[in-house]
Amino acid sequence: METKFRESIDKAVHNPNLTGALGRFSEAYRISRAKAYEGYDFEALRTQIAERKSYAASHLDELADLFTRNAEARGTKVFRTNDPAQVREYILNVARENGVKSVVKSKSMASEEIHLNKHLEAAGIEVGETDLGEWIIQLAGQTPSHMVMPAIHMTKEEVATVFNEQVEEGQEPDIPKLVKFARGKLRTKFLNADMGITGANIAVAETGTLVIVTNEGNARLVTTLPKIHVAIVGLEKLMEKFDDVVPVLTALPKSATAQLMTSYVSMISGPVPNTDGTPKQLHVILMDNRRTEMSQDPKFKQAMQCIRCASCLNVCPVFRLVGGHVFGKIYTGGIGTILTAWFDALKSSDDIQSLCIQCGNCTEVCPGKIDIPGLILELRRRLAVEKGQPLAQKAIFSVVNKRKLFHSMLRAAYVMQKPLQKGNFIRHLPFFLSDMTEFRSLPAIAEAPLRDTIKKIKQPACQEKIALYAGCLIDFAYPEMGESLVKILNKAGIEVVFPEGQTCCGAPARYSGAYEVAAQNASDNINALLANDVTYVVSACPTCTVGLKHDFISTFESLGQTDSLPRARQLADKVIDFSSLVKKLVDEGRLKFKEGQQLGKITYHDSCHLKRTLHATQPPRQLLTQAGYEIAEMYEADMCCGMGGTYSLKLPEISAPILERKLVNIKNSGAPVVVMDCPGCVMQIRGGLDKQRSTIRVEHTAQRLADELE
Amino acid sequence: MNAVFETFKLRAEAVSAEVHRFPRKNEALDFILHYLHDVGISETPQTGAVWASCPFLDGFDQKQLSSQLPGLSFDVNREASAEAKVGISQLDWAIANTGTLVQDAARVDQRLVSTLPLIHIALIRSDRLVPDLPSALSKIRPEQTNYISFITGPSRTADIERVLTIGVHGPEKLIIVFFDGVCDEPGRVN
Repeated sequence: METKFRESIDKAVHNPNLTGALGRFSEAYRISRAKAYEGYDFEALRTQIAERKSYAASHLDELADLFTRNAEARGTKVFRTNDPAQVREYILNVARENGVKSVVKSKSMASEEIHLNKHLEAAGIEVGETDLGEWIIQLAGQTPSHMVMPAIHMTKEEVATVFNEQVEEGQEPDIPKLVKFARGKLRTKFLNADMGITGANIAVAETGTLVIVTNEGNARLVTTLPKIHVAIVGLEKLMEKFDDVVPVLTALPKSATAQLMTSYVSMISGPVPNTDGTPKQLHVILMDNRRTEMSQDPKFKQAMQCIRCASCLNVCPVFRLVGGHVFGKIYTGGIGTILTAWFDALKSSDDIQSLCIQCGNCTEVCPGKIDIPGLILELRRRLAVEKGQPLAQKAIFSVVNKRKLFHSMLRAAYVMQKPLQKGNFIRHLPFFLSDMTEFRSLPAIAEAPLRDTIKKIKQPACQEKIALYAGCLIDFAYPEMGESLVKILNKAGIEVVFPEGQTCCGAPARYSGAYEVAAQNASDNINALLANDVTYVVSACPTCTVGLKHDFISTFESLGQTDSLPRARQLADKVIDFSSLVKKLVDEGRLKFKEGQQLGKITYHDSCHLKRTLHATQPPRQLLTQAGYEIAEMYEADMCCGMGGTYSLKLPEISAPILERKLVNIKNSGAPVVVMDCPGCVMQIRGGLDKQRSTIRVEHTAQRLADELE
Repeated sequence: MNAVFETFKLRAEAVSAEVHRFPRKNEALDFILHYLHDVGISETPQTGAVWASCPFLDGFDQKQLSSQLPGLSFDVNREASAEAKVGISQLDWAIANTGTLVQDAARVDQRLVSTLPLIHIALIRSDRLVPDLPSALSKIRPEQTNYISFITGPSRTADIERVLTIGVHGPEKLIIVFFDGVCDEPGRVN
């Protein structure tokens, strides 16, 4: 990671204006977005958008031709190119031919993608951004920090200062007055401009129509007052039919700003008369800039389904800390990382892709149904292939790939940690490792791993057998979680077997882009876990469960190792997470809770993989309620705790503030105990509470339930 | 019809538009004239009103209206609109569930009066109210016109500290006036 990048993170997380504004916004957004979608079937809507956009992505060439024919038939000039330089040249030519001295722009990400303003200004043309936020940052000489709200990082005081210094003295930090001032200043620009430049939100092929969505009304003025209108349209905006406008226009305002509809929508299908009666010159530039290539990539084609609503930014626990000046280039946040890798260069995404903690929040709200974290992993994989893995990482994974060596090193760590250990925690690490324990204690490696202690448990002889996949954390740090699980399943008349050959699930390697390592881990585990005749393979770690159930398959697919797929699928069919299994056993009457217990308040933290990949939010809550606990829901129970596996080691400066929010929410719930289904979350949250000397207990659901069953 | 209108009113008011409804055109006109009078429409600069030609005006004597209310002009151009305080136009469709007005805005005067003045009075026939976006898009299509405008509430921004502020580039006030199309002269419904 580049030092400059680390510095930009540091600057962002220590900027209270930025984190305050983004934090408050993300909290308000969640509620207002839900309200905007009331009465709508979001799943059906986004399925329709994804389907129509995906169709367009598969027929880009055809739709671009159709758009061109239809638009030209009505007098629009259409220019299509893959080359950003040609886009700029075309606009400069139009400007030269018509003696254009000043340009007004409404918001266009495509124009920013090709750094248009700089080139127009170099040619002596005055360029005025007219979207208020864009104008502010243009005056301030900054770049947008958010795709929809470009100046969200600035306070009214800062805006007033920018106006005072760049436009006219005497502006007060009063928002209505600042807006009024901007209206007056920009009005003159609108009236004097010779050319208007816009983007478009949709380009309808069958009618040659541009759909432009705004709230301020600037696009209406930009397309009405100047005699020339140039629209720069990325090819991903193409849609086949006019009726395709409906789902996008239904979702975009709700997802972007939680509005039912934006103040203005303009649908332009050809030149209209100017105010002096002459016909307007209408130019549409269909800009490719690698979009065709993207649409032909089997993995990244789905990124063409993006409607640029920026909801992935608004729900991202990392974005709300660091904002768009760290997280992205022109396009920001999760989707911005992907677009940067394509429209700029893969290597430009090298640092920013590491910001994704893989929590999956964005996948729940994306109206284009894009698997953003999945695509970021794919970027990581391609980057690792292109430039190779860092040496230290390579060394670690070469150990992880040799199970016996890896496990004997973990055992040795138990001895080596002794001087650092206090109780069950390591509170301080020396030297360069100190970052890891600055904001939370680390768990001490257990004296005996689960693979040893499980042998000492006297299990009843049962007909039904279930295999336990422990995962590294439970095996070596928290064997007691595994022991609780054994106790519970034994009560249901099930014997738990522990296949010795099991090893790391491969998540650390996969999430670092080291897919070859992950594939080796997958093969070793498949061999170990399919060796026994069992009804299920259960895991009490959701990340491992996702590994066994989904990631093995996807890793093999990514590497083209199709031979390995049948057995990976065979395993996947047997895999189940702890709470879902126990809930099933309770429902079948094979497990019974002790009757009439009143066990008091607890609060529950949803682990990312459990909620968003395994969709098991209810089973643990139902089990805990049935046991006799009263669940006091914390605020943002399903927000990531900042662990993210190795993320918290790589980016402790981001992991720590995410954890801090989580701890505040836990404390505010008033419950003396917080329960969760993931040993990784336990490690993070328990470590954080230990650092704060809190008395709140942190436990795995299995531990809480083990003693409450008959 | 009433339920659909109530939905429209609720949605439009939720985005800071004013909604009125009159059974007769004369009453709608009276309302507008009174309103223009109340906001001080006059011949002094920045206080004029511009009214884009529209079916609503059929049957009314524009000259007489102008002389009745100096400052009200039916000659819409760029300069007059930029100077005007109020712009008036008739829109073609209204969408109930979002409180949106839809217009064939290919004629530039339609856009001038609804973008440049501080206040926009939007006339709409009550029978042009449809429940949702798909029904509106089945009525007005790009094949018919090069510029379709959707207007939902006044111009707004939240670009400074996310504080909602009305009237950034377009009107800061949107007054929607429904008229039921009951005509004073039989056989003429506009």
